[in-house]
Amino acid sequence: MTTPVPVLDVDALLDDRTTEIIVCCGSGGVGKTTTSAALALRAAERGRKVVVLTIDPARRLAQSMGIEQLDNTPRPVVDADTAAGGSLDAMMLDMKRTFDEVVESQASPEKAKQILENPFYVALSSSFAGTQEYMAMEKLGQLHREAVARGTYDLIVVDTPPSRSALDFLDAPERLAGFLDGRLIRLLLAPARGPARLMSVGLSVVTNALTKVLGGQMLREVQTFVAALDTLFGSFRQRAEQTFALLQTDGTAFVVVAAPEPDALREAAYFVDRLTDDDMPLAGLVVNRASPSARTALSAEEAITAADRLHAADSSSLTAGLLQLHADRVRLIEREQHLRERFAAAHPRVPTAVVPAMAGDVHDLEGLRAVGEALADQG
Amino acid sequence: MTASADRTADRTADRASDRASDWSRVRLHVVTGKGGTGKSTVAAALALALASSGRNVLLCEVEGRQGIARMFDVDPLPYEERRITKGAPDEQGRAGQVHALHIDPESALLEYLDMYYRLGRAGKALDRFGVIDFATTIAPGVRDVLLTGKVYEAVQRPRGGRKKHQVTYDAVVLDAPPTGRIGQFLGVNSELAGLARVGPVKSQADNIMDLLRSPRTAVHLVTLLEEMPVQETSDAVAELRDAGLPVGGIVVNLVRPQALGAGALAQVREGTVDPTAITSDLARAKVDVDADLVASLVAEGRDHAVRRRLEDEQRTLVAAEGVPTYELPRLASGIDRGALVELAQLLRRQGMA
Repeated sequence: MTTPVPVLDVDALLDDRTTEIIVCCGSGGVGKTTTSAALALRAAERGRKVVVLTIDPARRLAQSMGIEQLDNTPRPVVDADTAAGGSLDAMMLDMKRTFDEVVESQASPEKAKQILENPFYVALSSSFAGTQEYMAMEKLGQLHREAVARGTYDLIVVDTPPSRSALDFLDAPERLAGFLDGRLIRLLLAPARGPARLMSVGLSVVTNALTKVLGGQMLREVQTFVAALDTLFGSFRQRAEQTFALLQTDGTAFVVVAAPEPDALREAAYFVDRLTDDDMPLAGLVVNRASPSARTALSAEEAITAADRLHAADSSSLTAGLLQLHADRVRLIEREQHLRERFAAAHPRVPTAVVPAMAGDVHDLEGLRAVGEALADQG
Repeated sequence: MTASADRTADRTADRASDRASDWSRVRLHVVTGKGGTGKSTVAAALALALASSGRNVLLCEVEGRQGIARMFDVDPLPYEERRITKGAPDEQGRAGQVHALHIDPESALLEYLDMYYRLGRAGKALDRFGVIDFATTIAPGVRDVLLTGKVYEAVQRPRGGRKKHQVTYDAVVLDAPPTGRIGQFLGVNSELAGLARVGPVKSQADNIMDLLRSPRTAVHLVTLLEEMPVQETSDAVAELRDAGLPVGGIVVNLVRPQALGAGALAQVREGTVDPTAITSDLARAKVDVDADLVASLVAEGRDHAVRRRLEDEQRTLVAAEGVPTYELPRLASGIDRGALVELAQLLRRQGMA
């Protein structure tokens, strides 16, 4: 019983001029960055003006694309073939710098300086978890506004951060917006803003509890920080909402990336469900690193039986070794097939592309072209 | 034979005499690795391996995935320590107990406030005002502080427990965030201690850092024999050392089957295999053989040999890190409880537990 799975037509997606943004998402270690870069290169070489925003590319891949310098601006990938009239720029996200730029663009120089020097800001913007998601969204918004205003790009390909969960990326703007509306902000801002009589009994209980846990001094520093950021909150929120809305338009295509492993496919299933719930446009699923198919139809059982017979006579038999390897390969393929069928049974309408595992890592444009080729060739 | 296989053989000999493991002083085993390397599997196998006769081991997860429940085929875990299985049995069939804990930051925060500050009513008020939500999802790093804080509590728990029926653990295994985040995750308390210059938060953060930087902690790294995970492992080793965090062992996971020896691999790779010998072997083993089958098997062997050579290159790089290494095979059937016991026994045999 095999469910017929619709095929993800990658070239049709890339060639469709109404596709303006492609977001690659999925759990860590499934080859998201490689898939994003391969899609971007293929689109560029098919005539699109592309920028790819990567989060954490492998060093050699970054070097081959000329983006090993973190300067937070797109740089042209010179070795991309522009014969079809397209172009490829690439950049690596610098989350601290992106955050600093938002602050600098929204606050007066004096206020910006005050914020940038606050110890809480330094911690928040450089090293703590969660910030990367916000900043990836912020950078995407910036690139898109720029592309629309100046016609620099007609396709933006985004790689998502290696989050705890693939869903963090989508939740970031809403979480931020929810927080900015929340009572806590008003609480933290209370001493900076107004007379104590505005504080209800509930408020003072909370303030006392916070003081007890954090200590008075730390709480005051947090309050100073929040007060300083307060003027920025409105714009933060507005932009987060804009980006979220942008992701819901038809010009966006989400590509969910997975490996043929239970965890990665489960995460992919969550993501697919979530995108559907939020009316986000899902283009399809890419299953990377599939085991290459067997070259002969000999079954795993037959191979093992034969290998055992040969091993009985000669424990170092080369033929027995080859048979064992074949059996292992067949079992692996069967298992991956089974996992993919299970996914398809629950999500029968998700177009899928399967990419076989490459022998080595991809670290140059030639390798990316081969991945792009494999993505497009689902024959 | 590879260097690492040699070392494995030596260790097996040692173990027969004194049974000491490489990490017998360690109470907290932190297991990290790049996404997709199987760190949760390794953490679970290590917990089973450490749970030898008479010992209690706690396996913690902090990423909200319920991976432990799935691996051991039990109901989703609450924020409560649960005995989930026996450890991997020794030669006499004896084993200790493995307990599991799913740490979610909201529960950890409420418990923490209750335990250290006795904030009954105020705790609820904090929740109403969105403080709990803020602290666990948005506030920078608080989430990691809470998760590491709970692990710290389990490791430092006095004999007999703080509450009734609490188990004291001989070892705690933490299925930690991936290598890309591990320095940040484990270092969060030192950052916090820097922000909070005085007060209860500061002393708690300092205590946690003391444990994490002591020889009672080991941060083990899981990798595959592939370029990117090995590079990331090497970066993580450097980062951990810089941060004064104790690097444990490297577990090389999902190693390809070693069905061909070095000589056979070279033969296959160089295309000097004699097809007539294979044909007659297959016929002798009662396989319905033709030239196509022989060519296919040899070609598959060559695919394998190419990848094995890439693995060997990476293995050399792993060995160059100069920490104990352990290898676990890729099991074609996938991971279930039986497979975990098998992996646990392999870790024990190699001296990791």
